[in-house]
Amino acid sequence: MRLEVDIASKTFKNAAGEQHDVIAGVSFALDAGEVGVFVGPSGCGKSTMLRILTGLDPDFQGRVSRPPGARIGFVFQEPRLLPWRSVEENVRLVAPLADEAKLSALFEILELKAHRNHFPGELSLGLARRVALARAFAVEPDFLILDEPLASLDAALAARMRDQIAMLMDNRSMITLLVTHDVDDAVRLGDRLFLLSPRPARVLAELPIRTPRGERGDAEIAAIKLDVMRRINGDLPKRDSA
Amino acid sequence: MPRLLSFAVLLATWWIASLFAGDAKLPPPPTVFTAMVSEARSGDLFFHLGVTLARVALAFTLAMTLGAAIGYLMGRARLADRLGDPWLILLLNLPALVVIVLAYIWAGLTEVAAIAAIAINKLPTAVVTLREGARALDAALDEMATVFALPRWKKFRHVILPQLSPYIAAASRSGLSLVWKIVLVAELLGRPNGVGFEIGVAFQLFDIPLLLAYSLSFAAVVLLIETLLVQPFEARLSRWRPRAA
Repeated sequence: MRLEVDIASKTFKNAAGEQHDVIAGVSFALDAGEVGVFVGPSGCGKSTMLRILTGLDPDFQGRVSRPPGARIGFVFQEPRLLPWRSVEENVRLVAPLADEAKLSALFEILELKAHRNHFPGELSLGLARRVALARAFAVEPDFLILDEPLASLDAALAARMRDQIAMLMDNRSMITLLVTHDVDDAVRLGDRLFLLSPRPARVLAELPIRTPRGERGDAEIAAIKLDVMRRINGDLPKRDSA
Repeated sequence: MPRLLSFAVLLATWWIASLFAGDAKLPPPPTVFTAMVSEARSGDLFFHLGVTLARVALAFTLAMTLGAAIGYLMGRARLADRLGDPWLILLLNLPALVVIVLAYIWAGLTEVAAIAAIAINKLPTAVVTLREGARALDAALDEMATVFALPRWKKFRHVILPQLSPYIAAASRSGLSLVWKIVLVAELLGRPNGVGFEIGVAFQLFDIPLLLAYSLSFAAVVLLIETLLVQPFEARLSRWRPRAA
């Protein structure tokens, strides 16, 4: 199973009729079991790219080949839960085949056990995000997309949820795509990092991380982060294919 | 408790007013009540109320179903909106009386004509409300449903319908009150039974206790349906919303 993406360009017209380039060239491929992380400044076109990858936006120049029949699990930046359905109903709705054992395991890992019957309006952002995570994992996705799953949470909670996400990702082999602006999250969760330019988005560099996720020491993480920071802020943007 | 109190105030006001206006113009509560009881004993009251209720139910259901479908379509499809809009404006502003009279002329003094005329009067408001609802549907949730490959029916039931439900409730509420008002006119003009017909008879005979007896019984039925059916339904639909203080 493999995701192959070659987006040559994406433009859109605003209300005033002006053309804007959002994506100027993003191509990559991801295999099952790989976690690709896109790091880029906010507003660089990451969310647009995700809409193209999932088929929500067919209006672009280029080619996207998703594995046929791939189930998609999507964790949107805003949780996008149905406010009129309880936490459990939100999850079950998209995953009618998930059995009770699997759901309780998910709720256990994500610390949602006490909230099964709550409505989304009664949840904090952190909890709502975790429900969105539970929903995405409950469908047993072949292609998992996480759009800034840890943004605007306090550091301690973000770290805890990052561990939970890592644990869930370890349990299943799938194509995973994480979008973030946080270099630390990127280095801790990803297998391959793609650094994006400001809008219109181009891939500035591709950095594979060879050490498996669980075995990365603090020193190594710090070294990779330094490298990434240097490249982001650095002089000449150049494509580095490894 | 406050409801009972406000009812008692109404009754007292009526009674006092009748002392000033005189029996001929405004009979006191006991007289009207006696008229009501005698109509109920003969069975006429229930017959006419039943007939009117059946007309309301039929016309209301017809107008709501059709209006919701058309409104949804017009809110979702631009072409449907463009095509339907002039008709909608025409219907919205057409006086109820014109529709009723024309219906009786074209379709005869029949039940079908009466119910169609009532439904046509209610239809445009349902269309307008549901069109607003369909326009306000959340695109973000739509994308969520698409990405997670929700089947069409499930998406409609769990994603779209709950978003439309406040609009459906509003259309039902305003529509029901409209239908209550129009049904009596339609009955007065061209039906041999129903509350409207009886009120017409009472008017011609200048039988004010009878007129009030039917009017108040009708009002009681409306109130009953509102409290026992409409309000609990609305409460159920909005149970997920945080309560207003």
